[in-house]
Amino acid sequence: MNKLFISPSPHVYEDTTVKRLMFDVVIALLPALAFSIYFFGMGAIIVTLTAVVSCIAFEWLIQKFILKQEPSITDGSALVTGILLAFNVPTNLPIWIIIIGSLVAIGVGKMSFGGLGNNPFNPALVGRVFMLISFPVQMTSWPIPSGFNNSYTDAVTGATPLGVMKEGIGAGESVSAIMDKIPDHMQLFYGHMGGSMGEIAAAALILGLGWMLYRKVIKIHIPAAIILTITAFTGILWLVNPESNADPLFHLLTGGVMLGAIFMATDYVTSPMSVKGMWIFGIGIGLITVSIRVFGAYPEGISFAILIMNAFVPLINMYIKPKRFGEEVQNGK
Amino acid sequence: MSTTILFTIISLSAIGAIAAIILYFVAQKFKVYEDPRIDQVEEILPAANCGGCGYPGCRGFAEAMVKADDLSPFYCPVGGNETMTQAAEILGKAVEAKDPLVAVIRCSGSPAHRERVNTYDGASSCTISSSLYSGETGCQFGCLGLGDCVDVCDFDAIYMDEETGLPVVIDDNCTACGACVKACPNIIIELRKKNKKDRKIFVSCVNEDKGGVAKKACSVACIGCGKCVKACAYDAIVVENFLAYIDPNKCKLCRKCVAECPTNAILEINFPPKKVKTEQAAGETKAPAKPKAETSEKEAPKAESKESKENENNK
Amino acid sequence: MLKTFPKGGVHPAEGKYSANSVIETLSLPKTVSIPISQHIGAPSKAIVAKGDKVKVGDKIAESTGFVSANIHSSVSGTVVKVDNVLDSTGYKRPCVIINVEEDEWNESIDRSTDLKKEISMTDKEIIQRINESGIVGLGGATFPAHVKLSVPDGKKIDVLIINGVECEPYLTSDHRLMLEKAEEMLVGIQILMKALSVNRALIGIENNKPDAINYLQNLVKDYPGIEVHALKVQYPQGGEKQLIKALINREVPSGALPLNVGAVVHNVGTALAVYDAVQKNKPLFERVVTLTGKSVKKPSNFMVRIGTPVNELIEAAGGLPEDTGKVINGGPMMGKALNSLDVPVVKGTSGILIMPAELSPRKKESDCIRCAKCVSVCPQGLEPYLLNKQAQLEKYDNLEASAVMDCIECGSCAYTCPAGLPLLDYIRLGKSKVSQIIRSRKQ
Repeated sequence: MNKLFISPSPHVYEDTTVKRLMFDVVIALLPALAFSIYFFGMGAIIVTLTAVVSCIAFEWLIQKFILKQEPSITDGSALVTGILLAFNVPTNLPIWIIIIGSLVAIGVGKMSFGGLGNNPFNPALVGRVFMLISFPVQMTSWPIPSGFNNSYTDAVTGATPLGVMKEGIGAGESVSAIMDKIPDHMQLFYGHMGGSMGEIAAAALILGLGWMLYRKVIKIHIPAAIILTITAFTGILWLVNPESNADPLFHLLTGGVMLGAIFMATDYVTSPMSVKGMWIFGIGIGLITVSIRVFGAYPEGISFAILIMNAFVPLINMYIKPKRFGEEVQNGK
Repeated sequence: MSTTILFTIISLSAIGAIAAIILYFVAQKFKVYEDPRIDQVEEILPAANCGGCGYPGCRGFAEAMVKADDLSPFYCPVGGNETMTQAAEILGKAVEAKDPLVAVIRCSGSPAHRERVNTYDGASSCTISSSLYSGETGCQFGCLGLGDCVDVCDFDAIYMDEETGLPVVIDDNCTACGACVKACPNIIIELRKKNKKDRKIFVSCVNEDKGGVAKKACSVACIGCGKCVKACAYDAIVVENFLAYIDPNKCKLCRKCVAECPTNAILEINFPPKKVKTEQAAGETKAPAKPKAETSEKEAPKAESKESKENENNK
Repeated sequence: MLKTFPKGGVHPAEGKYSANSVIETLSLPKTVSIPISQHIGAPSKAIVAKGDKVKVGDKIAESTGFVSANIHSSVSGTVVKVDNVLDSTGYKRPCVIINVEEDEWNESIDRSTDLKKEISMTDKEIIQRINESGIVGLGGATFPAHVKLSVPDGKKIDVLIINGVECEPYLTSDHRLMLEKAEEMLVGIQILMKALSVNRALIGIENNKPDAINYLQNLVKDYPGIEVHALKVQYPQGGEKQLIKALINREVPSGALPLNVGAVVHNVGTALAVYDAVQKNKPLFERVVTLTGKSVKKPSNFMVRIGTPVNELIEAAGGLPEDTGKVINGGPMMGKALNSLDVPVVKGTSGILIMPAELSPRKKESDCIRCAKCVSVCPQGLEPYLLNKQAQLEKYDNLEASAVMDCIECGSCAYTCPAGLPLLDYIRLGKSKVSQIIRSRKQ
């Protein structure tokens, strides 16, 4: 008879692993990646590949030589960070900038806090914001979709619809006049606009959301909270003055709202642990995003909004606790 | 231009002076009086904050010593008698020199001696394993090998030997703070008197099962046969619950019990190897040519005579 | 919509291989080892010694307090010794070891098999008889039954809840009892109702036992006051607090007992044991034990005498499978892994599960990714990731404030964790340390 195994209960386990969860996220991102390659061509492929390879490479190097621990690149989290980083930048971004961004995302955003599970800020967003502030020119010249082609850093660029809207409103033009200059809602939904890979195709991202919900990778609360808050806030502004505020649907379909709500804000490590907490988190992100978009200097606010709310997550976790079984009755209610 | 500079210098100096005066008065008003001797004593303490003295940190220890009349019940295991003497000098109080102690692992149950009959697959903690069941071997008293003692040591004085699965104490680093003793759920670590040259004689077993059961589980277990008790000339050994225990305060390190033990459960550490026993003078073997030679020579004849008397009686 | 508890829970694979195996009476072993502590509370005191002759049903260990239980011999023969022997707790504990000689029963036991429906005892007499017969909770908790039935002054019970849920995967002993000994069990429920002076009893059964549900729903037409309810298949539906919430929608307050909400919960096996004790004067010395597993040749349900070595059951089910990795006393979620197959079956042994070696080792452990799956499955609304961390860092004040004592140790958190963290190991450690602190505070 073989030696018996002895361990404390439970003795059965669900077969979900961290690796499987990460790969489900990668699969959820594939439709958007396909769309982007179709619309942006070679640039999309180069940017994604560079980001993924450098994120994984930096994680391996840092873990092996600086932290002197067993490298954990096979758990898939560096892969996800790489793809999300690529989705946040223009497809004509030079390779050296992407590499620096990956180093900051992985080295500063993740490893310096202790690796997977210990970082308070979303690593991809840390990388993206670093690149935005350090290389503002390259980070804000967006290629316009011109079908699959071989251009990379020499792609034809133009402003994003969100950028056009912000500039137009700032210059005093009426919203309806601006809307003539940019693609209509249907085209925005299917991706026919300038922007980063993650911004253009709401349709593809929603497919990804469906996959992740089906595989029980994420819960609907954070995306729902963000989208509902943005709709409500921009809706109120639009109803008050439809000529100097764009409609809610425009806000949802442009910029990084869909990418941020579905993939960035729902990152496990940096989001709250209770359902009530997730709602507060999502509402906060929605409010800050719209505030930056409407009242702030940048056309896009969701990256900053998510990073700011990431900073509040430990506080949310400390004070917003799930409802305990028997708690109300104990407290005499 | 120069008036601006002058004005700046005067105004900043005035702000600085006013702030300094305010701070001075506030500091005086809210000052907490502390016996200055506490600082003096804390200065000479090792600042390890290990809790080995039984007080919360070195400052807590200093405070307690300043309040007490007599320093005899106090002892800092890290600083040792040297530190205690210094503290006594500062405070002008009496202090008792204590024997230094060292942590001793009382189990030799490596896989070679103690067969593993099942595989523990739970969380890597001795406390959790011992709360679950009697362990991977037939001996439910011995070392569990998961390293709670190693995790808790602040002085890098203990490590786990990969081959034997048992902890090993680095005597030079050990301060006998007692953290590992408390951490072990089976209480196999004991603080024993630290002898010259780190010599130790102890029963390396804590098994309280009947002899037959203990031996079946581990080939070097103490079976409680009592041969060591008979061999000891100083009444340093007692057997209770089928387990022998050598009192470190009575033991004179003569090593007689080591040879008597049928299962080799008693260990002698850091002694020179014994000469081969000849049939004639058992006394020769008991006189190593070392600084301890004098005392052991004096002891050997005593023990010898006792032995020969016993042998005569037995015959 | 089937009733269920409101929060959390998981659904492990059911594996009820032995659901259709009729209860077999296991042949008598050669020796039995009966531990003198098979219940929650003070250990009993052995009243026999080496050389004594005992008959089936003779008392061999006496209760030593209010929260304690009598223990009766399950065989007839000679007492070999009272000694420390390895038992199913994983440690060597004092047991009465008896050499089995024939099968002579104590004369006061009524061995007839006809159903006795009439209950002639008063409620006090019933509780006394239950106490005498050494009946403890047979669901696995082994809490002395007479203590649960002794309602303190000031508390009013209005409903008796019978736990036929058997939410643990693989186990089927309660299921078979409900099919084969249904009427005896129902009379037992009526006896319990009389003891508590309630006129309403609810039997909760998980929906994966439709035959039992239908059969009992038909039978209870003749037993006024007893209702049968089907419950959603969700682990831990059979947890006392969860069951009460699902059936009567009352939440037992944190730190309190079911009698605070007017309910008392008993297992179906306990109800049957009560019938035997009150109507047939038969003390508790045998019970139904499931023996099952993926590789077991003949998954079975045996009627086993207390003290029978587990080996005997394994042999009777076709022998120990070649690929055995773990042998578990109980179900896979809360059961205890055995370190020897010679350990005896005790009052709390509801089943023995044999797991193949490929499924035995734990998932590989990695770092916590803060996915909050453990929080969403905890039926008590706790935060297992936090309790785990606090227990590892020995922050016992924080642990107490985070309500670690509410944990029912169901294992749903460790079951779900994608990183394979040993959550329940550390939470249990935290619970034991915190309960020590609470006890020393009271003194």
